[in-house]
Amino acid sequence: MAASSDRFVYGEELPAGAGWSAVVKRHHILRIMDPGGGANVAALFYNRDDLLERYNMPDTLKAQYTAFITRGRVLLSDMGRVLCSVVADSCGWHDTLTGHSDPSLVATKYGRKRYQEARNDAHRNARDNFLIELGKYGLGKQDIVPSVNFFSKVTTDADGRFAFVAGHSRPGAYVELRAEMNVLVVLAAVPHPLDPSATYTPRPIDLVVERGDPPTADDPCRVSREETKRAFENTERYFQ
Amino acid sequence: MSLVESSLDPSRAIRGEVVLAGEAWLGRIERGRYFRIVDMEGNQAVDTLFFDAADPRNRYSAADTIRAQGSLYLSTGTRLLSGDGEALLTIVADTCGRHDTIGGACSSESNTVRYGHHTKSMHSCRDSFLLCAARAGIPLSKRDMAPNINFFMNVPVTPEGGLTFADGISGGGKYVEMRAETDVLCLISNCPQLNNPCNAYNPTPIRVLVWEGA
Repeated sequence: MAASSDRFVYGEELPAGAGWSAVVKRHHILRIMDPGGGANVAALFYNRDDLLERYNMPDTLKAQYTAFITRGRVLLSDMGRVLCSVVADSCGWHDTLTGHSDPSLVATKYGRKRYQEARNDAHRNARDNFLIELGKYGLGKQDIVPSVNFFSKVTTDADGRFAFVAGHSRPGAYVELRAEMNVLVVLAAVPHPLDPSATYTPRPIDLVVERGDPPTADDPCRVSREETKRAFENTERYFQ
Repeated sequence: MSLVESSLDPSRAIRGEVVLAGEAWLGRIERGRYFRIVDMEGNQAVDTLFFDAADPRNRYSAADTIRAQGSLYLSTGTRLLSGDGEALLTIVADTCGRHDTIGGACSSESNTVRYGHHTKSMHSCRDSFLLCAARAGIPLSKRDMAPNINFFMNVPVTPEGGLTFADGISGGGKYVEMRAETDVLCLISNCPQLNNPCNAYNPTPIRVLVWEGA
């Protein structure tokens, strides 16, 4: 994560519980950091130039024969193209199977804490944050799909039962995404729905955008599999 | 994994249709009715989407369904949840044992990634979904094509996080049966995939049946 100042575009803090959206330009790098540890960031991805094209969990996983996201893997769209490459990751495992919180889950799990009483400490959830941010681009609940849950690890046993791994994300953990298209990124810094903590404890996130370089012919994400080579070919053809 | 049989008599079904390999099926299932899908010859993938008939934007959500039940595979007892958190249907009988919902539906575009650019114009489930919806004139588009259920498909995840497409555990005559908890639309693509060994490269017909509620 060499942060050279000439590549710095901007940095922003995403407050605990908040939603966020921005377009990350092609070949720019978005670094998502968990300064205090224990964070979860639910994330959705869309092609800014054609918002019908979006992150597709099944296509991403089956093309790479994996059930989680980490460095060297790519996030695929439903159109066979690469939205983002995971170019750095200090964490090793990011969940994408188990979805994100909604109003009823948060109320059931933590009790109601409304704006009317709590003001800025009101409980927030991923689905509402997504609906707010998506609405700014003319999108809505039809466009909500299984998210990537950065910094969260959920394993599966032989019977398919899920286990949330507590303490997975250490203070200072980070992940870096290189946009391979002009990507609308939508984030929600709220607890993972399987986090067993009895108290609502979202964590603040630091975001940095830097200028990056196009992937080289031997880029690790590109050459990791024949499938990803073809996904990059589809992506590059789209921009020719 | 437990197998649960149904007591419903196929001769009393109010609807019973064979869906040929590579064909799509669109049906409305009223609340309280029972809906069965039969894998007639075995190890056929039945790519299935469900929508709240009153508001199709409120559709089946794979992630919410598996998280709410705490496990990956669908079988008897699974409540098929919508994005708004409502139960659309409940699986009430299952003689196969488990069904996938993270493997998604094949598409022309994903075929190019998985199997090579030469497979782009082969038949695919998402093409079937789009054609079926367009022909029926219902307001479902690509935006509505979210991760589906693959009835009779076996896609295990290992404890290390590997994704495998294992040999099927279904067989000829095995079935899954659901009770509609609200009025739903069901859109099926009887998968035409010719590049995946999971169906022995030989897609086969299925039967769908509907019964009145008890």
